[in-house]
Order: sequence, then C-alpha cells, then structure tokens
Amino acid sequence: MFFSHKTQKRILPFIFMLPGLIFFFVFQLFPLIKGLQISFYDWQLLPGKVSEFIGFDNYIRAFQDQVFCRAFKNTIVYTLITVPGQMILAMLAALLLTSLPKGRGIFRAIYYIPVITSWLIVSLLIRYMFQSPHGLVNYFLVEMFHIVEDPIPWLRQANTSFVPILLLGIWKGIGWNMVIYIAALLGIPTELKEAAAIDGANGWQRFWFIIAPLISPTIVFTLIMLLIGGFNVFISVYLITGGGPMQQTEVMLSYAYHQAFDFLDFGYGAALSYIMAFLIVFLSVLQIKFLRKPQEIY
Amino acid sequence: MNIRRKYVKNIILYSLAILGAVIMIFPFLLMVSNAFKPDVFVIEYPPKLIPENPSVKNFVEAWTSNYFQLYFSNSAFVSIISTLGTVLFSAMTAYAFARFKFKGKEVIFTAMMLVLMVPDIISVIPRFYIAKTLGLRNSLWGLIIFYIAGSVPLNTFMLRGFFEAQPRELEDAMTIDGAGPFGIFFRMAMPLAAPALATVTIFSFLGNWDEYVWALTAIDDPLKRTLPVAIYSFQGQHGTEWGLVFAAMIIALIPVIIVFLLMQKHFTSGLTTGAFKG
Repeated sequence: MFFSHKTQKRILPFIFMLPGLIFFFVFQLFPLIKGLQISFYDWQLLPGKVSEFIGFDNYIRAFQDQVFCRAFKNTIVYTLITVPGQMILAMLAALLLTSLPKGRGIFRAIYYIPVITSWLIVSLLIRYMFQSPHGLVNYFLVEMFHIVEDPIPWLRQANTSFVPILLLGIWKGIGWNMVIYIAALLGIPTELKEAAAIDGANGWQRFWFIIAPLISPTIVFTLIMLLIGGFNVFISVYLITGGGPMQQTEVMLSYAYHQAFDFLDFGYGAALSYIMAFLIVFLSVLQIKFLRKPQEIY
Repeated sequence: MNIRRKYVKNIILYSLAILGAVIMIFPFLLMVSNAFKPDVFVIEYPPKLIPENPSVKNFVEAWTSNYFQLYFSNSAFVSIISTLGTVLFSAMTAYAFARFKFKGKEVIFTAMMLVLMVPDIISVIPRFYIAKTLGLRNSLWGLIIFYIAGSVPLNTFMLRGFFEAQPRELEDAMTIDGAGPFGIFFRMAMPLAAPALATVTIFSFLGNWDEYVWALTAIDDPLKRTLPVAIYSFQGQHGTEWGLVFAAMIIALIPVIIVFLLMQKHFTSGLTTGAFKG
C-alpha cells in the first residue's frame, strides 16, 4: 500500500462503502432532489426546448384540478376501506389459526401465498375474474346465487370499477398482517388468558381487555405500515382499470404517472408525486414517534 | 369441557380455516386449471375448475411464442446481476457502518433511512429523466443499476445489525494471523452472515424478478423487455386466450419457487436475527 497506516485506516471504511454509496447518492438520493426541482418547472423533456421555472404553479394547479381531487379522494377511500379490512380479517385469521390444535403452519403458508405473489399476476387474475358479461364473479352472482338479474359490467362503469381494486387490496394483505399478529399472539403468556377464563371472561372480553391491550404496539405498527401502503396504491389501479373509465378510478400515484408518461407533463407529475411523498413521510415520522415508546399508546 | 364438545369445536375451527384457505388460493387454482385447458378461446360458461382434457399445449405455445425465451433470459440476467450487486454492495456498506468509526457515519445512515421512507414510485419521473440523460434507457443495465440502488438502503439497514452482532474477538484473532480487512470481510464476516445474506438474496431476487413499473417506464425496445412487462402485453395481444396468458404466468413463477425452496432453510433464522437486532 502506498499510504501511511493512519491514512489507510481513515479511508478504509470509505473503500467498503464506496460502491453502495455511489449507487445510493447518484441513483436514489439525487433523483429525489431532481424530482423536487422538476416539480417547480414547466419541464420539457425534448432536447432543445427550455424548461421554464414556474414556482409553486404545479402545486397550486393540483388543488384546483378536479381529477386530482377525485384521485385524492379515491386514495383516501382505498386506504379507509382496505386498512381496517385487512386488519380485522387478519386478526380473525390469526385468532383462528392460533387456536387450531394442529396444522397451523400449513394454513399460515397458504394464507401467505397472495403476499408473495407479484401484483402483476394477482391484478391479471382479478381482471379475469371480474370480466363481463362472462366472468366468474358474474357467473356466481347471476347463475348460481341469483343475486342480480344481469351480469354487472364491473370494470366498465364508474361506481363498480373500484370494487375489484378494493377486494384485491384486502385479499393480498391479509397474510402479511396475520403472520405478524400470530407472532404477537403467541407472545402473550398463557397464564393471563387462563386467569381471565377462570374469572369468567367470555371470548370477546378476553380479546378486548386482555389480548388487544397487550399486543397494541403490534396493532399500531401494522396500522401505520398499512396506511403508508394504502397511500402507495398504484400498480393494481394501473393494471386493472388504468384509472378508467373516464379517469373515475384514478388514484394519486396513477394520476401522477399518467400526467408524466401519457401527457408528458413531467413538472406536474413530479409535483403530484411530491404531495404524496410529504404525506407518506409525515406518516413515517408518526410511526417512529409512536413506536419508540409503545407503552404510551394505550 | 367434555370430549364431544371439544370435537365439535375443532370441526368448526377447521372448517373455517379451510374456507379461508380456499378463498386465499382460489384465484391460483383458477390460473392453474385454465392454463391446462387447451383451446379455450372464449371463456367457459359455466366455468369448470377441473379441465376436461388437460394438456400442456398452452405451456408449449407460450414458451415457444415470439421472444418469450428472450424475455425469460432478459429477466434472469437482470435479476441475477442485480441480486449479486445488491448483496455484495449492501454487505460491504453495512460492514463499514458496523465495524468502523468515521466522520459523518450517522449522517449518511440517517440519510439512507429517510430515503427508505419514500417509496420508489415517487421518484419514477426524475429517474426516467436521469436514465434518459445518461443513455440508460432501453438497456438492461439501466434496470440493473436502478434496482441495485433501490435495494441498497434497506438491505444495509438489515445487515448492519447482523454484522454488529458478530464477535470482534474473531476479527482480532484473524488480524493477528495476518489477515487484512478485506480478507476478514470475505473469509469471515460474509460466511458468518450467511443466513442474513440468504434473506437479502431471496427478497432481492423476488423483487427484481417481479419488478414492473420501472421496467415498463425505462424500456421501449420490445427486445429488451423483462417478463412482467412482456406478460402484460401478452395479455393485451391475446385478450381472450387466458389459458395462454396463465401458462406464461406459471412459467414466470417457476424461478421464484426454486429460489424459495433453495434458500428457505437459511431464510427463517436470518429473518429473525436481522429483524430483532437493529
């Protein structure tokens, strides 16, 4: 080596970190900063055209944009429905599986399959099932259970096209939550549950007064992770409805993506993404704050 | 509780668990069953779950159709190189954070954690611009570079705790025996971290193999497509030939299953150790 021992020692950590840090700074951090810059411009992608600095215009435009308001509303609706949906069903599944005498492992693995399957595959499966008029869901509703007279054109009308997206969001997330809840439930000392049972507490009381308070840090953790995930909804919307019909099912990120790559309005797309990023970072900060002192939550 | 009541209770519990399992795997059963149905150009009505004349025709047709094998090898190339890069560079960075004291250490680490909070999709627009400027569009390396960059912060975070937990005495012993820092890293720290590295490998490979949005955005050239993008456009071209589309999806799932089975043994212990020591 050409350097003195002391210099070697000083640069050694940076040699180890160099490749990782180059990737991080150039291709992760820099794009985020560049994105913030783009959001303040009427950004021109084509070479030779000049991008014009327009300050907060893209952000102001967002709040006057009806489609954006609808996309924002849809994102909130998606979050408000899929988050409790996943949590309740996952908790029921976790309680059910932990009370099985045998075979918990195999059921847990099966319930986890949707979690590890790619969004592309499950989105295509949902599109297949919700086809009309001859889709599987319509078959069950019309022919088998006679709930409706005529097949529902699920993906072609505004008020039903969001339903498959919501169902997919819940169905795919149950396994992830359930695994975490099972781990938490198994961590509760059995003496506590037995004591409550001896005192005559019924199942509901045992859950509400013994189990729920004990695992509340876990519940808060999943709540915040799911809120972040809910705001992030994108691929399923993009693949199932493409934001249609008539941009009725657009969510924030799909709208940002369409603005950038269909309408080539990069500045506006970047601004929409940044509004989203601020919301998500805000939630993450909440999470760190809450999870640092879990005992303060209840 | 008498035995009879317990028996009834168990039947109810298992029935509910099985009902849940059916709901969770029904779409996949549908996928498999349709993939084995030959020549279903229109959707069967009423639908049948068990194919009448099962055949592998769809699989053969999907595999030999236009460029499918090229897409498969594109995906394999991108996923394998990105996974190797992610594992190596994350491990080196994490090791530096775990073992060395240097200026700006916590500042850099905090920057990584902050970026980690922001989902990748937020920066897809500026990444597109940067890839275009650097000539990384329509190139598999453009995918690889951004996949590695996207995975380094999370995996550095995961592995840091793992390296910190390794006993320092072993390193001291190796230093006395004359090993340099890289010798210690590659011959001791990496092998000892095998379970955690297996976890990183599984999740990186899975993530890269399934990645859709960036591959869709960065690649226009049909010859440079990866499988997820190809399968989606496949569905567009063969709108009603779902059997063919499902067969293509199942072929794309095979490497995922193989990686899971190969790495599964290491994977559980690595996950817990990495997670609880942070």
